[in-house]
Amino acid sequence: MTLRKLFNRLFYLLTLLAAASLVFLTAGVLVTLVVESKPGFERFGFIKFLLSSDWNYSKEMFGAFRPLTGTVLAALGAVVLATPVALGVAVFLTELCPSKLKSPISLAIELLAAIPSIIYGLWGLFVLAPFLENYFQPLMGKVFGGLPVIGGYFATKVAGGLNLVTASMVLAVMILPFIASLAREGFAQVPDVLKESAYGLGATTWETIAAVVWPSSQRAVVGGIIMAAGRALGETMAVAYVIGNRHGALDSIFSPYVTITSVIANEFNEAGPTQMSALFYLTLALFLANLVVLSLARRLMRK
Amino acid sequence: MRSHRGRVWTSRVALTLATLCALFGLGLLFLILYDIASHGFKSLSLSLLTEDPAGPMGGGGLKGAFLGQGLLTLVATLVGAPLGILAGTYLAEYGRDKRFAKMVLNLCDLAMSLPSIVVGIFVYSILVKPMGGFNGWAGAAALAIIMIPLVTRTTESMLAMVPWTLREAALALGSPYYKVIIQIVYRKAASGILTGVLLAIARIAGETAPLMFTSFNNNYFELNMNRPVPSITVSVYQYAGSPYEAWISQAWAAALVVTGVVLFLSVLGRLAVKWRS
Repeated sequence: MTLRKLFNRLFYLLTLLAAASLVFLTAGVLVTLVVESKPGFERFGFIKFLLSSDWNYSKEMFGAFRPLTGTVLAALGAVVLATPVALGVAVFLTELCPSKLKSPISLAIELLAAIPSIIYGLWGLFVLAPFLENYFQPLMGKVFGGLPVIGGYFATKVAGGLNLVTASMVLAVMILPFIASLAREGFAQVPDVLKESAYGLGATTWETIAAVVWPSSQRAVVGGIIMAAGRALGETMAVAYVIGNRHGALDSIFSPYVTITSVIANEFNEAGPTQMSALFYLTLALFLANLVVLSLARRLMRK
Repeated sequence: MRSHRGRVWTSRVALTLATLCALFGLGLLFLILYDIASHGFKSLSLSLLTEDPAGPMGGGGLKGAFLGQGLLTLVATLVGAPLGILAGTYLAEYGRDKRFAKMVLNLCDLAMSLPSIVVGIFVYSILVKPMGGFNGWAGAAALAIIMIPLVTRTTESMLAMVPWTLREAALALGSPYYKVIIQIVYRKAASGILTGVLLAIARIAGETAPLMFTSFNNNYFELNMNRPVPSITVSVYQYAGSPYEAWISQAWAAALVVTGVVLFLSVLGRLAVKWRS
């Protein structure tokens, strides 16, 4: 009888310990990042670090402005590019697709979300980047290059096809299946009765989607899109390949640039002490940005 | 009210656009698979798996990197899967109404969304810097950290799906709770837990960023976990960034193998749910 109580207790403690390990882990990540970026914080401050576009190895002056804007712009571009297509896929899957094709297509989309990011990076580097450089960039230069003031931002100033737009496009391809499957789930949760009553009133399929399906799944879908943006923020391997990694002013959308993750991936293993603490500082910024995005998404997705 | 014809045409145009989006999206994604396959098969050969790396002039293979990645994934799974299953057990069985469990669940979601490079940096500070150099244990630890929250989440939801009457029946027969969990609940949820573990393995098997600062890479055949251990994903990263044609084509071939393994595990995981336990 007592042995049995002992085992009961032991098993409980074992599971409790395992659950507590998650607390230790997340707290450990935060504490470690704070401790390691302390020298960086003392040297560069907070606001000054965020607004400084220095990245000077010999003077050991580092600022977060360029990596931070690069990360935000690349992720934003990816979401803008991927969302319309992903929503189209989701509408097709829930409202139009013949039921026989539904599960194979959904499975294909989910499998594509499982492909590791380094594979997308490889594809971006050797397939997408040359294609964009040869066809898309000259086209954009011709169409928008003549505009006053902003025209220069569409010019190709550095050859190679590795730039902010390429990074955004690779990220867009990566988060496309993610948004599509979350939106499909959101659309599928709308009760059939609601849709049927719209049809009963004589609404067309599109009117039903716009007036019934979208309003009742909006929060979940927008939450999913924000979640996808979070993924794009922290994505490393795909971006590190195609962003170009140049610490310079962003004078065109087709110029090479940096993101937080690309800077870490490329410089961490060769960094000196000051640069190292600046990289930890950047990692901390990424951690916090990810936290904000995640809580926003969860707040929206919860009813 | 707009004319009926106008409304019907709006609907037709919108739905055609949605169908085109779907075709474009699916086409794009299949194009990627096709590109990986066509580039990869060109340089895929048995020697990629059986030979040591050679110079940039061609030949050789990535035997060490394949074995190294397998070893790292194995060690990570041996640590991460049991921890994740136990944590999920706590959440579903003991912590149902506890505030601590709610907090753990929230932190689990946070850990799941952590960019993998952040995990790599974290493990670098706790396991690489104090040990004085890159080592295999650090790489496996980084992969395990990515795995734990994934397995915890699936285990928790799979156990929650087991009906309470089943537990009550077993408890009423006089068996202690830990036995009920191990012999009844786990058995009922086995295929679901297996799915979670397989999908988590599929996820970590293709990770690169967390390995770059932990197990690093090694051009030699090295399976000593106290030293830098080669991995296929980091090798792909380095080879693809090199200017040598032979290395780039090996990177494609290795990428094809990684994609194949990851997709195989993902499909296997989805099939496992359907097995009767």
